[in-house]
Amino acid sequence: MPELIKVGMADLKSGKNPDSIISYGLGSCVGIALYDAQTKVGGLAHIMLPDSTQARATDNHAKFADTALPVLMDEIVRLGAVKSRVTAKIAGGSQMFSFVQATDIMRIGDRNAEAVRVVLKAMSIKLLAEDTGGNYGRTVELQLDTGIFLIKTVDKGEKKL
Amino acid sequence: MIDLEKDEVLSLSPMQLDALREIGNIGAGNAATALSQIINRKIDMSVPRLNILPLSEVPEVVGGADTMVAGVYLRVFGPAPSSILFLLPRDSAFALVDMAMGRERGTTQVLNAMDESALMEIGNILSGSFLNALSYFTKMTLLPSLPALAMDMAGAILSVILIQLGQVGDYALVIETEFATEDNGVRGHFFLIPDPGSLGIILGTLGVIE
Repeated sequence: MPELIKVGMADLKSGKNPDSIISYGLGSCVGIALYDAQTKVGGLAHIMLPDSTQARATDNHAKFADTALPVLMDEIVRLGAVKSRVTAKIAGGSQMFSFVQATDIMRIGDRNAEAVRVVLKAMSIKLLAEDTGGNYGRTVELQLDTGIFLIKTVDKGEKKL
Repeated sequence: MIDLEKDEVLSLSPMQLDALREIGNIGAGNAATALSQIINRKIDMSVPRLNILPLSEVPEVVGGADTMVAGVYLRVFGPAPSSILFLLPRDSAFALVDMAMGRERGTTQVLNAMDESALMEIGNILSGSFLNALSYFTKMTLLPSLPALAMDMAGAILSVILIQLGQVGDYALVIETEFATEDNGVRGHFFLIPDPGSLGIILGTLGVIE
């Protein structure tokens, strides 16, 4: 039986074909799917913040873009993925509320998505597709049999990346 | 100024928790009275729960990260900056709009601009009454921003405040009250989430710093 592995906020999980990895209700957070198409091994991280060096509580590596990606990569390599083949797809980083007095914290979605792109580049991981921004929530699911990254929304339909 | 360690919420004493619960009680009582006047119906209110939860578990309070909810969000300005979030399951939001606009129950299926304004105004009034109580006890001037509304998955809406807390800790202090009309047509959760550092300031003004 294929298993549906759940990833919470500030959390990451890995798995292999035929399992799927899902994270519900992403807002300003970003979901990062890493996948090796040959071994059909992959992982999903649900990060909340761009940068661990700007924060006081850094024990949880899955919380930040810069610390979550290396940990997730290590995990899937341990499951058999080959680092040079691993590609990425990302989704999330929306701005749920628009305010007249928009502050930096309101734009956190944009900053999260940008930080993820920077870290992927630094790690030489190819970003195949993304669905970021907007003002709505997303549920994301990485299907490890195909590598499809399924994005579900409340009234913006479904997307397959 | 009191400098509390990270995850200050984990080191609160029973007395401090009691003080916060009491403020929550009176604040929520004010808010429930205001709501009951708007919709002209009796409102039952639960005794506020004070939860200290890992950030990732906060969405479970309202039924999970993918539960459809309406959320009215306000920032609180002043010496103890905080966030207020009023969350209602989607059906409750529709029922509340029906009552506030004097429509028959079940009429509203999507929100038009007028309905959205009504929901935001309700959030505004609730927050104002809650903040009055908090200001009274702390002798601080606390002012709400204009309200903002979103209708989406609970996890997505909550992420806005959880991210702010995530910068300094892994736990959230959630003062949570449940409202319900007698026939249970409307249920809602009211969250007051102090910014990192604000909790120490609130406790300081209450004289319960240990």
